[in-house]
Amino acid sequence: MSTQQEQGGRTIRCLIAKVGLDGHDRGAHVIARAFRDAGFEVIYSGLHRAPDEIVQAAVQEDVDVLGISILSGAHNTLVPKIVGGLEEYGAFEDTLLLLGGIVPDEDRAELKEMGVAEIFGPGTPMEETIEFVAENAPDNR
Amino acid sequence: MTSADREIETDTDDEHTPETVDDGDTEDSDHAALVAELLDGRHRALARVITKIENRAPGYREIVSRLHEHTGSASVVGITGSPGAGKSTLVDKLAKAYRDRGETVGVIAVDPSSPYTGGAVLGDRIRMASNVGDMDVFFRSMSARGSLGGLSTATSDAVKALDAFGKDRVIVETVGAGQNEVDVVKTAETVCVLVQPGSGDDVQMLKAGILEIGDVFVVNKADMDGAQQTVAELEEMLHMRDEPTGGLQTGHHGPLSDASGDIGGGGAGSDTDETTLGDEEGDTDGWEPEVLETVATDGTGVEGLIETVGRHREYLVESGELDVHARTRYAEEIRQHLRADTAALLEDELAARGGVETLAERVVARETDPYTVADEIVGPLAECLRREE
Repeated sequence: MSTQQEQGGRTIRCLIAKVGLDGHDRGAHVIARAFRDAGFEVIYSGLHRAPDEIVQAAVQEDVDVLGISILSGAHNTLVPKIVGGLEEYGAFEDTLLLLGGIVPDEDRAELKEMGVAEIFGPGTPMEETIEFVAENAPDNR
Repeated sequence: MTSADREIETDTDDEHTPETVDDGDTEDSDHAALVAELLDGRHRALARVITKIENRAPGYREIVSRLHEHTGSASVVGITGSPGAGKSTLVDKLAKAYRDRGETVGVIAVDPSSPYTGGAVLGDRIRMASNVGDMDVFFRSMSARGSLGGLSTATSDAVKALDAFGKDRVIVETVGAGQNEVDVVKTAETVCVLVQPGSGDDVQMLKAGILEIGDVFVVNKADMDGAQQTVAELEEMLHMRDEPTGGLQTGHHGPLSDASGDIGGGGAGSDTDETTLGDEEGDTDGWEPEVLETVATDGTGVEGLIETVGRHREYLVESGELDVHARTRYAEEIRQHLRADTAALLEDELAARGGVETLAERVVARETDPYTVADEIVGPLAECLRREE
């Protein structure tokens, strides 16, 4: 009843984003739904978003977690643009950046250096992803 | 850190967003700095303030208090309607049209959350296709979490943040499903209720509370079959509502019936309707809700809606209703805060007395009764207040 006490636990906010030209969002949908059922608030970007749009959404929605799904192989071009945009708005530091999709092993180290916290390839168990988010989502309260 | 924050409060030219939030020991100045950044036009600060409001994070009350003196310039429009009526698409087009006029726009879109997990998929943002990359449209999704009377408080606080930020227009979008949502949309000065054609049942549902709050009714997807009938049904219901008073004021009822006949008969009806209502604006008997038609997907009728919303605002200003509305709203806000705060105090008192379960146990055992328990707990509080006098 009381407004002071009803917010006991904090709610993790996530943006699930599809960037670039690949039009396969089945995976993004599955993740969005699983996150919702895990009690997270999920904002889904829709398909074919430009890095700018993702940055705009992440900043305005003040998300704790930004999960980018890229199946096109364009991650080396798109991720730096998003990271740069987040930095521009001072939002990079306290956003947990995740990447999902097809990412070759040789690209992983560079992406992580860029600021991607974790990369989840095909077949990653859902529980593993949810657990990672629950443990690593920054406390932005 | 403290001195740095003070500096920012007065001089905010610094390009980098300072780390103000994680610092626990200088909370007061942190809040001041965050407010200063918001007023300075930093999107990040605005987003963070809304997060604090949503989370009821420590200090959010102080932040909103600081913002209050900077509010009052935005015009607030509420959009409500059943799921699938096209609210988000229409909001997108409205935002675009306002932007084309050089105005800045803030949007709060409220979506339901699961009562079981608290989780939610907030999908309204997908429809904001016309305003991508335009930071002067600040779109924020909010879930109905913790919504026991708190949703409308959180929403109106978020509207204040957008207002203080300097947005010319603030649009609040919500599913018109229950009392909570009605309360949310009532914080707006102008309320648009969206209806889709062929939704006879929806129109029936409107009777239960939402019909009364609409200033403008919009039949969206007006290119679909049955749009004219829905318009006619709406007109009829609006006039049914008017009849008790309409019967007393002769001359009032006549032209409106004509207008309804026109709408039902042909597509050109809305023009007639608008001129009829326009003539009545000089009267003292208030605003007559209008029924408009739009096709949000291609923008048809959006200009007309904007024009009507503008006219409603003019009416509010000229008739003095705007001030009345503001006073009513703030009075309700004060009451809500008082209810919430006293409830919190009493909740603590309950806990101090061993929790509500223990007391309920005694009631079950017929040792006492609920009224006596309530009297015992509220008694000391009432005593205190009496002594204050």
